[in-house]
Amino acid sequence: MSETFLSIQGVRKAFGATTVVKDFILDVARGEFVSFLGPSGCGKTTMLRMVAGFEEPSAGSIMIGGRDVTNLKPNQRNIGMVFQAYALFPNLTVAQNIAFGLKVAGVSRAESDERVREMLAIIKLEGFEGRYPYQLSGGQQQRVALARALAPRPKLLLLDEPLSALDAKVRVSLREEIRLIQKKLDITTIFVTHDQEEALSMSDRIVVMYDGRAEQVGTPFDIYNRPATRFVANFVGTLNVLDGTVKDPARAVVHVDGREITLRNGALNGTRAGDALSLALRPEAIVLGRQEGRDSSLVGEIADVSFLGSVIRVKVGVGKSAVSLDTFNNPASPPPVIGEKTEISFSSGDLLVLH
Amino acid sequence: MKRSRIWSWVTFALGAAYFFIPLIATVEFSLRMRRGEYSLDAYRVVLADPRFQQTFLYSTVVAVFTILIGVLLVVPTAYWIRLRMPRIRPVVEFITLLPLIIPAIVIVFGYIRMYGSSSPLPFLATNRGADALLMIGYATLALPYMYRAVDTGLRTIDVRTLTEAAQIHGAGWTTIIARIILPNVLIAVLSGAFLTFAIVIGEFTMASLLNRPAFGPYLQNIGANRAYEPAALAVIAFAITWGCMSVIQVLSRFAPKSANNTN
Repeated sequence: MSETFLSIQGVRKAFGATTVVKDFILDVARGEFVSFLGPSGCGKTTMLRMVAGFEEPSAGSIMIGGRDVTNLKPNQRNIGMVFQAYALFPNLTVAQNIAFGLKVAGVSRAESDERVREMLAIIKLEGFEGRYPYQLSGGQQQRVALARALAPRPKLLLLDEPLSALDAKVRVSLREEIRLIQKKLDITTIFVTHDQEEALSMSDRIVVMYDGRAEQVGTPFDIYNRPATRFVANFVGTLNVLDGTVKDPARAVVHVDGREITLRNGALNGTRAGDALSLALRPEAIVLGRQEGRDSSLVGEIADVSFLGSVIRVKVGVGKSAVSLDTFNNPASPPPVIGEKTEISFSSGDLLVLH
Repeated sequence: MKRSRIWSWVTFALGAAYFFIPLIATVEFSLRMRRGEYSLDAYRVVLADPRFQQTFLYSTVVAVFTILIGVLLVVPTAYWIRLRMPRIRPVVEFITLLPLIIPAIVIVFGYIRMYGSSSPLPFLATNRGADALLMIGYATLALPYMYRAVDTGLRTIDVRTLTEAAQIHGAGWTTIIARIILPNVLIAVLSGAFLTFAIVIGEFTMASLLNRPAFGPYLQNIGANRAYEPAALAVIAFAITWGCMSVIQVLSRFAPKSANNTN
């Protein structure tokens, strides 16, 4: 990792007897886009608000650009922030909103006007400078909020669920736009979201949070394909969980529904023969029927078939578990029939042991 | 026409008659100063009276300062309570309603006892001091209206998020209140201000007991000694109050609109 720009060390936050953030440690490199991902109440927004200065940590420290900002007020941190509820000032026009931070900082009128023009071009809202927030759509308001946050050239950009109030189509286009702008300006960014798709598609790294802790920190690829805990595996993406029994820990052999499956070496470290365990498998790692290159298979019965257009989601009952898998729609072959016996195959290397 | 609709109109007509008949009678009486014909003589006499001009000017100046005291006291208080202490809002609301329950005469006697010339804070020892005390008293009387107007204005905006948005962009408290909060509740503040103005212009008890040359005692004095002029003054006072109400209505159209479009 290149030079650390934001460093969060052992941060804890308690409200009375309730601890909402527990020993949070994270180093973010300059220009990196890091997402805090987790369900409601996991502490991600509280952590972001501590970085912004709206909440004071109960313990630990926060450094931005090598400077300890733990006890600084929000207006002393030189941070840009975009809020879930837009938070545009209703009494100011688009241009005045964007120029707000510049005016507060005492930037000259000429320079401020120039910066506003530059920002309007970046967010593609030229010609909207005289409009008031109520005259804009949600997506446009959020773009103005982004421009307002970026105009004073902050050292760090914080995005607090900025897309959650928008409709699905605008969310997708705006998240691409935000990522492009972030890369163009090379600004270190923390993005809070509960939407795994947003986190996976936008981030350089993701911090999956649960119960006030960082459960796993990693690239989207790692988080999705190599979840470190049962929570991460369940929270990120769709996951099939199969019940198994350890047969030979040394050779990494397990029994699933009466069949023997050999896992990656070392996958069963710390277990003993006869131990029950849970194995996880992504839907896209499974195919219906036998397929070359997939070394493991299980037998089951089609329990449900959902036609989703380009994809057909099939549920197969395997022993006491139900396994979901996706197949592409093929107009030439009819979808599977409920009640039909079938075989599913997968690579044993794709199986994850949940701890 | 439906039966219920007829009753609605009957109720409306009775209410309107209750309100308008005395008003029309007052207007009519105020025009009778000249024998045998209607004239504006009573209004001419009243408006030409130097005491009318002096007392009205005095009350207007007092009203302006009262509004300033009210705004400086109420806006930051209501804002801070919404932002940081929402739990004590009911208590503050109760306190602001007390001037409606405690008669003005009780408040002013309290003032006279507390701030008399022999007290540690001798407001009443000088005319300026008494003026200041009168303004403070009026600000207290107007508190229920001013606080409610401002609080209602604050309810229409997301105080916390706007404050945080301003803070993160470098703004301090003065900038936040002056540039973000006040402009967004300005119409509400003006509503409170005009209500305050209407109260101050006609107030009698405090001005009389503090012996200030205000419009209220002048109205009372004229009413006790003249026939037609009091009716003209009553109509003028009504016109001022209605004018204030109309300005509130007009201004409310210019209130900053909230922007809650999701898309």
